[in-house]
Amino acid sequence: MKHEITLKVNGDAYSLAIDPWRTLNEVLREDLNLTGTKLGCGSGDCGACTVIVDGRSISSCLTLAVEMDRKEIMTIEGLAPSGEKLHPIQESFVEKGAIQCGFCTPGMELSAYNLLSHNPRPSEIEIRESLSGNLCRCTGYTKIVEAIADSADKMKPKPQRRKRRK
Amino acid sequence: MTFSRFELFSPERLDEAVALLKEKEGNTFIMAGGTDLLIKRRHQIIHPQTIVSLKNISGLNRISFNRKKGLTIGATALLGDVARHRTILKIYPAVAKAAGNTANVQIRNMGTVVGNLCNASPAADNAPTLLAMNAELSIIGPQGSRVLPLEDFFTGPGSTALQPAEIVTSVFVATPPSGSGATYLHLSARGRIDCSAASTGVSLMLKGSRVDNARIFIGACGPTPLRMPKTEKKLISRKVTKAIAEQAGLQASKESKPISDVRANEDYRSKMVAVLVKRAILEAYQLARTNK
Repeated sequence: MKHEITLKVNGDAYSLAIDPWRTLNEVLREDLNLTGTKLGCGSGDCGACTVIVDGRSISSCLTLAVEMDRKEIMTIEGLAPSGEKLHPIQESFVEKGAIQCGFCTPGMELSAYNLLSHNPRPSEIEIRESLSGNLCRCTGYTKIVEAIADSADKMKPKPQRRKRRK
Repeated sequence: MTFSRFELFSPERLDEAVALLKEKEGNTFIMAGGTDLLIKRRHQIIHPQTIVSLKNISGLNRISFNRKKGLTIGATALLGDVARHRTILKIYPAVAKAAGNTANVQIRNMGTVVGNLCNASPAADNAPTLLAMNAELSIIGPQGSRVLPLEDFFTGPGSTALQPAEIVTSVFVATPPSGSGATYLHLSARGRIDCSAASTGVSLMLKGSRVDNARIFIGACGPTPLRMPKTEKKLISRKVTKAIAEQAGLQASKESKPISDVRANEDYRSKMVAVLVKRAILEAYQLARTNK
């Protein structure tokens, strides 16, 4: 039996009738044509399928679409909604040479987005830990870590009292 | 590739969930975060016909702390929320550490502590610490509710003492008394994405500067997380020194029953158990000394 759900993806509202066994990844790619979200390992290790749901990064390959009823989702397409002007994270990835084949890039950038939205001034260790769920087989990670540090500088949040950090 | 097609139910009340589990026999699975269940389906280890999701049951994701009693972590409370929870970080740092060392960021935003226990992997990151801290599970089922010590829960790899149609609703850990300390240490071949090759949870209770009670468990070195009674005995009534911790580590190595698999071989695991247990004892002792 199909389940009727409504959800928002990159600000657009959708009403869908979905088979319960379909993953969010399948529905994004096949039904909504949002193919920026990739499918890699299918078991939550590689992070190519990362999307943001209600402000947190998750693996869309291990998420049943039906369970996304009334949720707000952001995919890589939502990071630069105009399709022209890049998000600072994307700019930094380009400038620092953090992209080779590009397959991991959408997931990497959304993990960076997830990190920076909860921790605008991460240390290098924190950046590396935030990428624990994203694999890249080309770059060796160094350029990606540099790009995220660079984008944190670009996105400089307004000065505020420093939060205590452990 | 064809994966099983299933019906999904998302009840809003626990009694509905129990009734559904009772009604739907065979190949029916309970799902919290789904991060183990859906992988097993994908790898065709299981072929679910019915999945009962607990996510819509209100209050089940609650984390609550009562100083006189202790900490309750609901069945759908996320690993990430437990790892970041201020009270847990302060009063149960080992519980927070184990949750924060489970899998990766995305999985911690989906998976749950109780789900990690119910999946009953011998390598479950959250098991050794909670076992060492004498945690209890609240369980509901067709016969009503019951409380089960976590120590009696694991019966083998992937199998538990849960009866048909029973659901674990929360895990409870009493407030650690002053003079106690607990710690979690683990080791995996490829950092965060990999399961632990060996892990340990140690909880010590001191009288003055001597160990009055010790609970030591190791993970990923047997069919279930294992208790190390002979290792514990080596510490009782002693002040912990490096030498004593080292002896205890070697004893734990003898007591463990590791196998060789893709994550590590038997010999390596045995050696690492000695190292991890030694370090964890020293760390827990230090914490206990400063926990007034």
